[in-house]
Amino acid sequence: MNELGFILSIMPELLQGAVTSVLVAMVAIALGVVLGITVCQMRRSQLWALRRAAGLYISFLRGIPVLVILFLLFYLPSAVNVEVPSLLVAVLALSLNTSAFQAEIYRGGFNSIPVGQIEAAKALGLSRVRILTRIQLPQVLSLTGPELVNEFIILFKNSSLISVIGVTELMRHSEQLVSTTYKPVEVYLAAAIIYLALCLIISRLGERLKGNH
Amino acid sequence: MDALTMYLQHWQTFLIQNGPDFAAALWVTIRISLVAIICGMTLGFAAELGRRICPWLRKPVACYVEFFRGTPLLIQLYLLYYGGPRIGLVLDAEPAGMLGMSLYAAAYFCEIFRAGFESIPEGQREAAHCLGIRPWRRLWRIELPQMAQIVLPPAVNQIITLIKDSAVLSIITVAELTKTATRIMNISFEIVMPLCLLALLYWIISEAVAVVCNKAEARLTRHLTR
Repeated sequence: MNELGFILSIMPELLQGAVTSVLVAMVAIALGVVLGITVCQMRRSQLWALRRAAGLYISFLRGIPVLVILFLLFYLPSAVNVEVPSLLVAVLALSLNTSAFQAEIYRGGFNSIPVGQIEAAKALGLSRVRILTRIQLPQVLSLTGPELVNEFIILFKNSSLISVIGVTELMRHSEQLVSTTYKPVEVYLAAAIIYLALCLIISRLGERLKGNH
Repeated sequence: MDALTMYLQHWQTFLIQNGPDFAAALWVTIRISLVAIICGMTLGFAAELGRRICPWLRKPVACYVEFFRGTPLLIQLYLLYYGGPRIGLVLDAEPAGMLGMSLYAAAYFCEIFRAGFESIPEGQREAAHCLGIRPWRRLWRIELPQMAQIVLPPAVNQIITLIKDSAVLSIITVAELTKTATRIMNISFEIVMPLCLLALLYWIISEAVAVVCNKAEARLTRHLTR
């Protein structure tokens, strides 16, 4: 019972860290959506060079671990004596990683829209941008909704890695608590409960989103 | 041109000096990933099969899967590393990493196998039962061959994800690729070369696994659908 009391007593401090984790994940996923759609458009472009560049981008960022992307963005600028704030590095690394996975998700979405719709829109004289924003994107985003929620959960869990470069999110807060209380098991268990609860909430919200369509 | 030759020479000396270390670390990464893939698949399959055979196993397996899929690998490793000794499980970094990765992988493979089992129409089971086919024979001859097509693509994805996730083990000081690269960074004061080599190696492994698995998958499914 003593342990339970301890876990409850550290919850407020851990939840503070969880707020940072959630915020970072939300900004990263939003950036990832924009980047992902852009890369996906490049991948579907008529130009060979753009297609090839997007293909390399996707294959490289999907092929290396998040931790390595994090290290690349954290240490490479320091090789040319540029200092980048670690929070910015964290957000960028997570969004680069998710954008490559999202680009592939969107590709499936775009491919599932019947060609006839686009031809009809062109025949009606709609501009390319209008076709994309008014016809394709709404359908693609609602089609790929469940996969995006999944991607958000993965991203949220990956956000635990940014503690390595010193961002004080949930994981880092736990590590600091461990160094003052010497109770690693209780602290990490408490953090695990928070991660688990938040992941469950995200997936429930996602299910509700799916139910609405 | 002179600067370029000098830079290339710099790379050459770096590779000669640190190549063996990188090769050793690559082997650690591969070894841990292989253990995680094989043990994770076996355990995941056993858990899914157990869940289907014994109803009372349903809840514990669901909790297991939910926990390992809902928390970051890093926290699972910390819990194992610090919590293990409390229940008499004192492990070195690498065995702890292997155990942690296997438990983590099992949860994902369990879900993949579940999707596979669910893809088989209930009628087939009933038909096999009526024909007097034993459950084990039904599993081997009827269910597993059909499941392969459903299970293979996500399994390949999961294998690649696991290899990349093994980078997290560097945090609990397992001397795999990422750990070795950062260690070399610290002792040689080189930044660009170890990092680029690190990223390149992971990229090559991921692409190679994807190519090999897709070839194998195409072959197997062609054989199965024939």
